[in-house]
Amino acid sequence: MELFRLLLRNALRHKLRTVLTVIGVGVAVMAFALLQTVVTAWHAGVEASAANRLITRHAVSFVFPLPLSYRDRIAQIAGVNKVTYAVWFSGVYIDKNQFLARLAVDSDTFFDVYPEFVIDREQFEAFKRERNACIIGVDIANRYHLKIGDIMPIEGDVYPGQWEFVVRGIYYPRDQTTDPSSMMFHYRYVDERVRQEFPDRAGQVGWYIVRIDDPANSAQISQEIDNLFANSRAETKTETERAFQQSFLSAASAVITAMNIMSFVIIGIILLVLGNTMVMSARERTHEFAVLKALGFSGGQLFLLLGGESMILSIAGSALGLALTLPAVAGFQSALPKGWFPVFYIKPETILIGCIAGFAVGLLASLIPLRRVLTTRIVEGLRYVG
Amino acid sequence: MDALIQVQELYKSYQRDTLEIPVLRNINLKIFAGEFLAFMGPSGSGKTTLLNLIAGIDKPTSGKIIIGGIDVAALSETELAVWRSRNVGFVFQFYNLIPVLTALENVELPLILTPLDKKERRVHAEIALTVVGLADRMHHYPRQLSGGQEQRVAIARAIATDPAILVADEPTGDLDKNSAEEVLGLMDRLNRELNKTILMVTHDPRAAERARSVRHLEKGELA
Repeated sequence: MELFRLLLRNALRHKLRTVLTVIGVGVAVMAFALLQTVVTAWHAGVEASAANRLITRHAVSFVFPLPLSYRDRIAQIAGVNKVTYAVWFSGVYIDKNQFLARLAVDSDTFFDVYPEFVIDREQFEAFKRERNACIIGVDIANRYHLKIGDIMPIEGDVYPGQWEFVVRGIYYPRDQTTDPSSMMFHYRYVDERVRQEFPDRAGQVGWYIVRIDDPANSAQISQEIDNLFANSRAETKTETERAFQQSFLSAASAVITAMNIMSFVIIGIILLVLGNTMVMSARERTHEFAVLKALGFSGGQLFLLLGGESMILSIAGSALGLALTLPAVAGFQSALPKGWFPVFYIKPETILIGCIAGFAVGLLASLIPLRRVLTTRIVEGLRYVG
Repeated sequence: MDALIQVQELYKSYQRDTLEIPVLRNINLKIFAGEFLAFMGPSGSGKTTLLNLIAGIDKPTSGKIIIGGIDVAALSETELAVWRSRNVGFVFQFYNLIPVLTALENVELPLILTPLDKKERRVHAEIALTVVGLADRMHHYPRQLSGGQEQRVAIARAIATDPAILVADEPTGDLDKNSAEEVLGLMDRLNRELNKTILMVTHDPRAAERARSVRHLEKGELA
């Protein structure tokens, strides 16, 4: 008869209570993992940022355009490796509930600066040859059952009118944090039409993406770019891509922080649920622990019995919770409007924290009942009437 | 012949707030190996406290309890735990078996603390259950046994490690007459055939009759 068998049977002594505790821990771990996954999704853009990319935008606001002529001047700054640009096209595809980034880009340079968008060479060449061609992310292709040669009609809002783009390429994300649901097409195509229909808005871009040789020089180069356009009609603000992405989160930072805190509060709730179970369980067995102590069982062995029992419940609950997280995350994602979170995945760190929480909570939850067991004198334990 | 157990000038009192309540006063006692001694006395006379002190599960206020040459009153809690596991077998009024373990596993429990391997532990536990006449019930759980059988399993657990001393606190207190007879007969056999030193606390004169000697306690003193 091994101690492990005894602690296992103790854990299963009150099956209903054990099942409810395991489910309680499981649901809490699932909630923790789900919240953490949402927080991760919010930060996906930040996570995907490259250290060697700077973003130059209008100093007043991202919504104001910059002259296309800035490109060549930025490119001349020492340490700048390549400059590309993009325009937020917006528009409506199918209906307003379909979220996907639609960008007019400099097709000659954009994909050099963003190597994480992996595209077949032949598809890319075909894209470059056709004025109204577009490249879409694999998620977009799957979501709308699009294939090469299909037409994507878009009703413009920032750039009014009916637009039609031909799918000539489908890109795949290189990294887990890369957005697989963007649509890119030629800036030239957009600008040609803008010149005809809205000449005042021609020759303007949304922002520049500046690839630099050495990320260590990012602050200096940013300053040089901004100095270049100081006191002009369109002053710039240059920052690292990471800082740029983080600025998008600033409005929601309170909510994200609250979700982050809540996810860890849930860990505390698990501790209370399990701690309560273990306190009740140990109290009911005051007699038995007194007997074990009388027989000569040491404090360490009693710790193994109580801590082990607590760990079994905690680990079983955590395993259940992490197993439930997969369908819960999938269900949560499908319940959101399409494309709301382009990158939505469970980070390995979330799983790791869930596992560590399982161990730690199991251990901590046994400490209070263990203290009681160890400090209760044998004769008091034998006299105890529960 | 040296006594196995020597109790010298033993005092025990409990503190209740500022009040000191004496339980045992100036107990001096010698118990020889192979004795079967019953402690009798009215409730509150201190007989269970005396038994607990000799068994090493309680500490005296002052005095010495020398067992096999060791003053158990001077041992630390850790040392006492080890000493108890090697020298004392316990039989309680309410059996105190672990309900989630079978009779065999209950008997095996104190053997976990010995250097025996799994197979040897199993053999020792089976022998102990055979001695108490429960070889055919070894895979039963306590809830599947009668009170008398449960107490016999408790006795098997007490003798499994072959301790020098058996302490029994009201071992027949929760049993019917027949079961009590069986348990007392078993203790008698353990004393006669295996030469176990048995210390028993009882209210029951019939139980006390089975002991070789009886000591009475009155208000914390040996009569």
